[in-house]
Amino acid sequence: MPVKAYLRERFMPHIWCPGCGHGTIMNNLVRAVDSMGLKKNEVVMVTGIGCSSRISGYLDFHTLHTIHGRALAFATGVKLARPELTLIVPMGDGDALAIGGNHFIHAARRNIDITAVIMNNSIYGMTGGQFSPLSGYGKLATTAPYGNIYESFDIVELAKGAGASFVARTTTYHVASMKEILEKAIRHKGFSVVEILSQCPTYFGRKNRVGDAVDMLNYYKDQTVPIGSEKKNENPALIERGIFVQEERPEYCAEYERIVEKAKRGVGI
Amino acid sequence: MGDKLLFVQGNEACVEAALYAGLGFFAGYPITPSTEIAELLSMRLPQRGGKFIQMEDEISSMCAIIGASLTGLKSMTATSGPGFSLKQEAIGYAIMAEVPCVVVNVMRGGPSTGLPTKVSQGDVMQARWGTHGDHAIITLTASNHQDLFAVTVEAFNLSETYRTPVILLFDEVIGHMRERLMLPEPGEIPLVQRLRTSVREGTDYHPYLPREDGRLPMSDFGGVHRYNVTGLMHDMWGFPTDNPQVAYGLMRHLVDKIEGHVQEITRIKEFFLDDAETILISYGSAARSALHVVENRRARGERMGLLELQTLWPFPAGLVRERCSHAKFVVVVEMNMGQILLEVRKAMQDSERVFLANRIDGTFISPTDIRNILRVIQGKGV
Repeated sequence: MPVKAYLRERFMPHIWCPGCGHGTIMNNLVRAVDSMGLKKNEVVMVTGIGCSSRISGYLDFHTLHTIHGRALAFATGVKLARPELTLIVPMGDGDALAIGGNHFIHAARRNIDITAVIMNNSIYGMTGGQFSPLSGYGKLATTAPYGNIYESFDIVELAKGAGASFVARTTTYHVASMKEILEKAIRHKGFSVVEILSQCPTYFGRKNRVGDAVDMLNYYKDQTVPIGSEKKNENPALIERGIFVQEERPEYCAEYERIVEKAKRGVGI
Repeated sequence: MGDKLLFVQGNEACVEAALYAGLGFFAGYPITPSTEIAELLSMRLPQRGGKFIQMEDEISSMCAIIGASLTGLKSMTATSGPGFSLKQEAIGYAIMAEVPCVVVNVMRGGPSTGLPTKVSQGDVMQARWGTHGDHAIITLTASNHQDLFAVTVEAFNLSETYRTPVILLFDEVIGHMRERLMLPEPGEIPLVQRLRTSVREGTDYHPYLPREDGRLPMSDFGGVHRYNVTGLMHDMWGFPTDNPQVAYGLMRHLVDKIEGHVQEITRIKEFFLDDAETILISYGSAARSALHVVENRRARGERMGLLELQTLWPFPAGLVRERCSHAKFVVVVEMNMGQILLEVRKAMQDSERVFLANRIDGTFISPTDIRNILRVIQGKGV
């Protein structure tokens, strides 16, 4: 199907600024779903609050636009109730890791078959440019006029530590491989995390004088390397991208089905 | 009767009733004094293929039942004061997005951590106004296990009828007290099943367009109709909008669908009201002591009656005004600083006749407590 067949034109125009990376991610998400041959009725997209979270409205799936930080909790209810559905949860970095941090680590620990896509633009865009848990030390934001004094989370390490069974990172520059990574994440049976660095030229870019959208994309090109690249040895500041974890582990809904079987047989009571 | 007659805690009665009503999904988090509900459902739900999940916190429990309800399962969570506070934002979401679900709050002493193992009825106003923004809400309560069973089933029925969260406001005494419960036969209490749309695949389905009777047929997530659910103001497709006309229409709909059906939603019990000069108004476990006092006074020939409320919200103001119109004294018996008292005074439009008999120290209000306050009210000295 053409990408357009997945869009709800009634929702257009979208709210994303010129140069925003989120549209690139939406494009690739749709292509991943399409290339998997999933029916639109089989996909539930759940989002929270923020620029990223508006993606659910634009797409013709079952869509649930919820409250700030809690998308994974809503998605957990949908998934456990109907395990045969495919759950995709795009989130912003603040949505997923500040207000939603607890749900993120527990969804990972639960290894429930949900694909979490973190559209990491390193800023709270919708509210006008406050620092997020991914802004980085020294960066400027409307609530960090003298420079941010927090270190950032490393989403990949956090997801690994919390028990996610699929963990990947890419950027909006690397469109050629983004679809493939998203497809692998959605196919994976278990909790999948895909961090996608996504440029916010309007707030992060302007505040930190890193140029326009093209400059930011070039930054992603120059400052990231494939996992295991030797360049990383020479320059430890480079950010690795690729698939870090892809392991088969017991999935929550499948485990729960075993509980149901035990309960019906009267085992353990 | 055999296995139909049980001797159980109120929390167990709540579980029996939820299963009777067709509960398919429960999400919760441990908290005193409601934990038994989660414990029992972790055993009982899987036995019938239902879904139980202990979530990472109170907020996610509330969110999970909303998600599950959208797939078509009758869903519930249970908590107490601190957890009820945490769930408020998501309760507002369920109101706005019109998602049926049931939230049990077994009240304990507050504010904050308060008196975790002691009784209170301090969350009455929180049930009404806990979440932000204008809204209407349905809240039911009960004073004994047979009634608790009935109002729990009714909570599911009302949540499906009006597409709204329903709050079950029990208290620690009711939750933990043991007494007999006769399980009704299947079919004895009518069940309201989810109203699903008859619109066929390929035809434009409007998830937020009320029918003439105000009800909105639903379509399960995963079904043939794909639509958007949001906590933003939305139009009949569920698309966000800030159009004042649409916002006005939705706000009116959300409030009117409940406030416009006060009579259908109201459940009360009346004891000796016809000629009563003194009327006690009470609810929950406090109503047990109130009834005890009324029965003793009646035996001595005093014209005293009890109006027991099972529906707290929407508050049955017209009914209270009508029943109490000839009473000399109206005494609200509750375990808080006078939360229903305010509503009764508002309903009576004559606060000179309305008094409070309360306890706020975590101790169950006894008949003696009520009698002592009645002496003062009735001018018989302290």
